[in-house]
Amino acid sequence: MKKGWIIALSIIAVIVIIVVAMISWGVGVYNKMVGLNEGVSQAWSQVENQYQRRYDLIPNLVETVKGVADFEKETYTAVTEARAKVGQIRLSADQLSDPQAFQQFQQAQDGLSSALSRLLVVSENYPQLKANENFLQLQAQLEGTENRISVERMKFNQVVQDYNTQIKRFPAAIIAGMTGFSEKQYFKAAAGAEQAPKVQF
Amino acid sequence: MKKLFILFFIPLLISSAQTEFPILKNYASDFTSTLSNAELYTLNTTLKSFDDSTSNQVVFLMMSSLDGYPLEMYTYEVASRNKIGSAKNNNGVLFFVAKDDKKMRIEVGYGLEGALPDALANSILRNEVRPYFKRGDYYSGVESGLSAIIAATRGEYTNDKKNSDDEDVGFPFMYIILVVIFLILAGRGGRGGRGGGILPWLILSSMGSGRSSRGGWGSGSGGFGGGFGGFSGGGGSFGGGGSSGSW
Repeated sequence: MKKGWIIALSIIAVIVIIVVAMISWGVGVYNKMVGLNEGVSQAWSQVENQYQRRYDLIPNLVETVKGVADFEKETYTAVTEARAKVGQIRLSADQLSDPQAFQQFQQAQDGLSSALSRLLVVSENYPQLKANENFLQLQAQLEGTENRISVERMKFNQVVQDYNTQIKRFPAAIIAGMTGFSEKQYFKAAAGAEQAPKVQF
Repeated sequence: MKKLFILFFIPLLISSAQTEFPILKNYASDFTSTLSNAELYTLNTTLKSFDDSTSNQVVFLMMSSLDGYPLEMYTYEVASRNKIGSAKNNNGVLFFVAKDDKKMRIEVGYGLEGALPDALANSILRNEVRPYFKRGDYYSGVESGLSAIIAATRGEYTNDKKNSDDEDVGFPFMYIILVVIFLILAGRGGRGGRGGGILPWLILSSMGSGRSSRGGWGSGSGGFGGGFGGFSGGGGSFGGGGSSGSW
């Protein structure tokens, strides 16, 4: 009788220890994922900041270019249109797991990138612009912003990779599934982004 | 004999291999031997004292060619890997010149993007540096570019750490511990035979070399072996700010 008690008690003790260990492991994993998720949101807000900065720079640039006589009209209208499209699409940090929304966002931004780079290439043909200090400054700001965008996109992809690896790895994946952490999207290099835009005369 | 032969070639192999991202040991480095040692020394001293007084780390690097590597990616990597600027303020600037490519860039750390915005960086390259570079007067171009960067970033931060004191704080402890370890190991080695005698020396020498590289003594990028404190990054990070130019 006494022996039976001891066995029962020790079994209970072992179970309790296992349960406590599992819970503390689960809490640890969960907290780590919260931290990584926070990192992703932060990186995303940096990406958004830079895109916003570019968005804000464009009206000035277009105005300056318009001031030059006989500047190709379709070039800057393309930029204005692409900018309007970008303005309609916002992507909050919560939507990063939605492949479709993410793709739309990226498409709109990449569309604006190519319209802008075309405008800058075309502007090379206008000596007045190359002598215009205001235009040169805007151009420098825009180039700097494009560069920042690519840096922030790269950093974003890195933290998303850490996050995705963590939530997909077994057995942490179980906790991720239970607590609603889902895989997030990456930026993909835009098709043809590597090539400079062609200018037709 | 064979071993000696290999040992002899190791330094050559290391120096000829294309190290993609240089580890900067000085505030001003020139891998093209365009600037004289005296000129580099002047630049180094200026940049070091600027760091000491403001904690802004402005670093100059000149190389011959990027070998087709994209300029912006290259300078971003060099600046981030060398952690130019302090971790707290991210106040680092890298002024990079690829001489044969005729390309240059000012890479600005997060914390100085306000003091040195892209448009200003661009105008420094166009108005302060390019005219000299076009004439082949590299030193004047670099010098006037760096002074413009210094002028723009001065006053943004102040150095709150009292001149390099913190670097020396750990120093006596380190040596006391080393001596103790050495004594223990030497004592053991003496009792146990000759075998243990090498280990303490190994430890000592590796510690010693670690310290000297931190102080920047052994760095040979410009061919001078010391005389001023070398550069060591403070943990600053970069976000792609700055501007590129050519001449």
